[in-house]
Amino acid sequence: MMTELQTTPMAMAARGPSWLTGTVYGALLNYRADLAAFAARLQGPPYLAPPKAPILYIKPRNTWIANGAEISLPVRAAAVQVGATLAVIIGRPCVRIRAEQALLHVAAVTVINDLCLPHAEIFRPAIKERCRDGFCAIGPAIEAVDGAEPFAEHALCTYINGELRGEWSTRDLVRSLPRLMADVSEFMTLHPGDVLMVGVPRDAPLARRGDRVAVEVTGVGRIENSLIDEQIPEPRTAGALR
Amino acid sequence: MRQGRVAYGGAIHDCVEHDADVLLDDGRVLAETEVVWLPPFAVGTVFAVGLNYADHARELASAQPEEPLLFLKSAGALAGHRAETRRPQGVEFMHYECELAVVIGRSCRQVGRADAARFIQGYTVANDYAIRDYLENYYRPNLKVKNRDACTLLGPWLVDTREVADPQSLTLRTTVNGIVTQEGNTRDMIFGVHELIEYLSSFMTLASGDVILTGTPRGVVNVNPGDEVVTEVESVGRLVNFIVDDAAYGIEPAAQG
Repeated sequence: MMTELQTTPMAMAARGPSWLTGTVYGALLNYRADLAAFAARLQGPPYLAPPKAPILYIKPRNTWIANGAEISLPVRAAAVQVGATLAVIIGRPCVRIRAEQALLHVAAVTVINDLCLPHAEIFRPAIKERCRDGFCAIGPAIEAVDGAEPFAEHALCTYINGELRGEWSTRDLVRSLPRLMADVSEFMTLHPGDVLMVGVPRDAPLARRGDRVAVEVTGVGRIENSLIDEQIPEPRTAGALR
Repeated sequence: MRQGRVAYGGAIHDCVEHDADVLLDDGRVLAETEVVWLPPFAVGTVFAVGLNYADHARELASAQPEEPLLFLKSAGALAGHRAETRRPQGVEFMHYECELAVVIGRSCRQVGRADAARFIQGYTVANDYAIRDYLENYYRPNLKVKNRDACTLLGPWLVDTREVADPQSLTLRTTVNGIVTQEGNTRDMIFGVHELIEYLSSFMTLASGDVILTGTPRGVVNVNPGDEVVTEVESVGRLVNFIVDDAAYGIEPAAQG
């Protein structure tokens, strides 16, 4: 007999698509304009030199939600940065692959709205800013055989309340997807089911509570979510759970 | 109770400690060297805390953090007791980190430190390697330093909280080829186990299987292929790891990384 999963309401608040089983990675500073705008600072403290290897961050499972779900904005946050990004879902292990081989390792592509609280410093990992519940809205997995070309030129568009507020292109990337896959796989394995996002520009638009935010990748898809106030539960004790 | 997960005889098994041996879920009793050890539970989100011992922060010439310095790791970085970990050829400084790992037992959000103990399922030992040659000052420590394949070991056992009276008074010790190189005590953590749960759950939901690696004390030294590295946490366990070279992974000498 089936037993019902014992979870608290908050645990159920963030839940991604059922196909998602691996790790979700994003690339930082992967837009040429960001590197150029930041160039003077990258030479000084605390950074001291421009980045060499890909700088990645992880969006853990509590951040995952599906198309249409509500995203909670922290009570004290005035705004949240929203941004369309393209991601590949890995189909075969990537271990020190060459960029020219990368397509063979892709199972599917998807569109993701990668949210974060704005943060000027990128010296330390931005966990509190990037890893809040629901801060990674993930679209359907579109298999390459369905016509989505992972490595083609894609426009990435971000809409707030129906208005186009940010538009960038895979043409603007420091590392294209195949280059990113190759350079990441040089130091760690990308496993089947892992998701690798190309990243979001630093000047991606800000959205506020009550806004509807939509992200679209041409040829891949569009997802839409709304921003609501965070519903913080009363502090609970274990006794109240069961 | 001490629970683990191992591969043996073509299948994966849950197991428990039985005297000094391993009791499989099907009743077989085996020596610890007869099985292949996996991380001892289904691992969710992996949090690590940097510079959480004042003496280690000084050792790395870093200022003591004002709030926990957190970073995340992925499942691909994990391996179990008695695993082999690769030291890439040509690097200068690869070091272990002996850590108390705290395993979350139930979903929680907004938990105060006074209540945090109730959400802990148990403890295990972590050895979280870093290769400092690859350190860059972006989201530091970056994944190339800290999220490499089989560079984060967990095990051997997930130890029930009832066996660990006070998580803030446990000796940590590392030996390399039998010689003690690192020694400390969890009482010297800057942010204690319960404070870390309070901090994390203040902005995100923790779930069963999430694990927090709580940092390492002073005494990290370089390791080389052929070394046997044993990280030990009092009352929790003794985690063995072997350093191997590129050849074990079929990497030609000319290759990078």
